[in-house]
Amino acid sequence: MTKSVLIEKVTEKVEGLTKKQVETIVNTIFDGMKDALARGEKIEIRGFGNFRIKQRNAKMARNPRTGEKVEVPAKKVLHFKLGKPFHDSLNAETVEK
Amino acid sequence: MTKADIVNYVFEKVGLPRNEAQNIVEIVFDSVKQTLIAGESIKISGFGTFNVRKKNSRIGRNPKTKEEVEITPRRVITFKASDQLKEVIEKI
Repeated sequence: MTKSVLIEKVTEKVEGLTKKQVETIVNTIFDGMKDALARGEKIEIRGFGNFRIKQRNAKMARNPRTGEKVEVPAKKVLHFKLGKPFHDSLNAETVEK
Repeated sequence: MTKADIVNYVFEKVGLPRNEAQNIVEIVFDSVKQTLIAGESIKISGFGTFNVRKKNSRIGRNPKTKEEVEITPRRVITFKASDQLKEVIEKI
C-alpha cells in the first residue's frame, strides 16, 4: 500500500473532510515526525511503536570481494521498535507458515 | 514526540479543531496498523516503508538461567527509512 491509498482509506473513515484535506493532514503528520527526528528526538506512538535514533560506532570491515580492510565510519541509524499491543494483535491469530 | 504532540502539530499547521485532529491522527495510525495486520506492507514516500515479516519457530535460551525455550513462530514489523529520511538523520 502507498501513501495515496492510505489517504483514500482514511478519507472513507472520516466525515466531512475531502481527500485533499486528508492528504494535507497525512503529509503534516509524517513531516512533523520527520522534523522531530531531525531534531534528534525520539517518537513514541502508544499502541504502535517507537522510533529512536541509534549511534553506530565506526568499525573495521572487509571488502568481501578483495579481502581489503576498510573503515566504516560512525553513523546514526533510525530504529523502529514495535509496540507490545501491536505485536499482540499482529500475532493474535494462528500464523500460517 | 508523542501522539499528543503530533495532534498538536496538526492542530497548529492545518487549523483543524483539536478533537478532530486527535480523531484523524488515531485513524491514520490505525489504518497503517490494520494494513500491516492484514499482511500488506505500506510505503510512505519521503518517510519509509513498513514490512511484515514471518519468523519461524526457533530455540532460544534464557541468558540468565541458560534454560532452552522455544520461540514461537511470529510476525514482526520492520521499518526501513527512506533515503530522504536517512539523509536527515545523518545530518544531526
